[in-house]
Amino acid sequence: MELHNLSKPQDLMNIDLNKTPETPWMDTPVNFRDGTYIYPAAGKNLKRLGLPNPREWSPTDEDWKLPDNWKEIIMKGLKERLDKYRSFRLFMDICVRCGACMDKCHFFIGSGDPKNMPVLRAELLRSVYRNDFTTLGKMLGRFAGARELTVDVLKEWFYYFFQCTECRRCSVFCPYGIDTAEVTMIGRELLNLVGLNINWVMEPVANCYRFGNHLGIPPHGVKDMWEFMVDDIENITGINVNLPINKKGAEILFVTPSGDYFADPGTYTCMGYLMLFHEIGLDYTWSTYASEGGNFGLFTSHEMIKRLNAKIYAEAKRLGVKWILGGECGHMWRVIHQYMETMNGPADFLEAPVSPITGTKFENAKQSKMVHIMEFTADLIKHGKLKLDPSRNRKVRATYHDSCNPARAAGLLEEPRYVIQNVCEDFFEMPENTIREQTFCCGGGAGLGNDENLEMRMRGAFPRANALRHVQDKHDVNRLLCMCAIDRATLTALTHYWAPDVSVGGIHELVANALVMDGEQERTEDLRGEPLNEEEEE
Amino acid sequence: MPTLEIEGRTFEVDEDGFLQDPDLWNEEVAKLFAKTEGIQELTDEHWKVVHYLRNYYLEFNIAPMIRKVCKDTGFKLKKIYELFPSGPAKGACKVAGLPKPTGCV
Repeated sequence: MELHNLSKPQDLMNIDLNKTPETPWMDTPVNFRDGTYIYPAAGKNLKRLGLPNPREWSPTDEDWKLPDNWKEIIMKGLKERLDKYRSFRLFMDICVRCGACMDKCHFFIGSGDPKNMPVLRAELLRSVYRNDFTTLGKMLGRFAGARELTVDVLKEWFYYFFQCTECRRCSVFCPYGIDTAEVTMIGRELLNLVGLNINWVMEPVANCYRFGNHLGIPPHGVKDMWEFMVDDIENITGINVNLPINKKGAEILFVTPSGDYFADPGTYTCMGYLMLFHEIGLDYTWSTYASEGGNFGLFTSHEMIKRLNAKIYAEAKRLGVKWILGGECGHMWRVIHQYMETMNGPADFLEAPVSPITGTKFENAKQSKMVHIMEFTADLIKHGKLKLDPSRNRKVRATYHDSCNPARAAGLLEEPRYVIQNVCEDFFEMPENTIREQTFCCGGGAGLGNDENLEMRMRGAFPRANALRHVQDKHDVNRLLCMCAIDRATLTALTHYWAPDVSVGGIHELVANALVMDGEQERTEDLRGEPLNEEEEE
Repeated sequence: MPTLEIEGRTFEVDEDGFLQDPDLWNEEVAKLFAKTEGIQELTDEHWKVVHYLRNYYLEFNIAPMIRKVCKDTGFKLKKIYELFPSGPAKGACKVAGLPKPTGCV
């Protein structure tokens, strides 16, 4: 699906949030409508990963080609997870259905579909839990909100658990702290047990497993992309920047999403990293093996998170670096902050990170040994180690989209703002209930950022876009900044549809525009190859 | 697996019509896939882009960065959209028999 096939924005938003559905939710079947569901994983990708039930099928088929004992598999899987994850059992038991989360989900706001209320999305699974694992549910059945697991229920799970971006905005408002993203994650794990997965997640996972990155770029391909950027940088600055690759004994391993090598506007941010590291003389290396910061295992299962995250640390060990620096990635930071230590840790072969330029000890990263580049750069600026000329970004009137995972999972709220305000003169915040911990999702995270799901993406993107339009109208904002590769891809469609004339970009693109480099030629172009000043355009 | 029938030939494709087996590609196949993109005839300019993409893919197992396509073919992005209305990734890559990229893109 393409944006021009969608209804006009004003028509898409013509929904009545107060309308009550005609049938009770348990009796309302799921409708796989074009533009709102995602293609299933290709059998070849499941085979590559050794996952169950590889086959070709479509959600619109009547027969999903499930294994004969599918119900037994799911029930066994559910029991195992209830025993293993205390949080999950708690989230199944504790919800009082108060409704505080109800209107906090971007997909509910943008679609009006009650099953996109976080409470009801969790209830899709909770109802089955009640039926088979609670006394009340066993006795009272539907009166206690319980229902039997059927193929139709499974279809509903597939539709709605892949209509949640695991952004966790709802959990900010839950008085009990129920993390609905974790319910979705378990829901997806269970679906995976019988071969119900989406290709936009499984192909990157299979690629990552085979090539080290989501896009399946082999080592010489990655090198070719980096070299292209080095050439571009030389054209703009006159400086031939260092490009250390797979360098044993480097002090720091740098890891960023492969989207940054491959797709605009992420590539400009990637050029920004190269220029910054060159200018401060950092002893670091890129890796063609740990060539992916993202971890689509997070959108698959806990086991898959572990399998993919392992490569970053294995590479750090092989190269003999002291610690790891991570780029402008979103969900990578949920994996590193919340799961790394118990899954792949302890990383005791690495050292607690210390900035070689400022001497700052990153106490917060003592355990994971991995520092976010925004912490690293904010620290450089704070210590006056960078010569910056923000006027080179004078054409940019910026606002900042807090990416869900760095904001809500890693608490990176001040660092990006501090960096932006040091490299860009005009910065405007979106309304406070749409940023920081309360940030609205881009609408395309957790594997949902594909084209076939475009209508639902644009619906889910509406709350973010609405806040963006506010600062566009009020302050002439023309750049939406973010620090996540999924954002850089999905927000581009969001602005195109909802807020034309706003471009999307990463923060280190602006850092590098402003960075005054030793021995550089007079800059006339920004990293996008556009003139620095309006007058020069004529 | 969805199939696509063009002028009597049947190809296995993904849901968006990208050729599944890149080895089946040749210039005749490119001409057929171009028709699904609404391109009736492939001109020298089309072929320049298609061959560039194809050769890059055979060497690097991935589509080139869009900026690299522009730089190496000498065509501006606008021109590539004129040649391939669905754009370099969805239009030109499809005609050149490359798979659809996935991930944070």
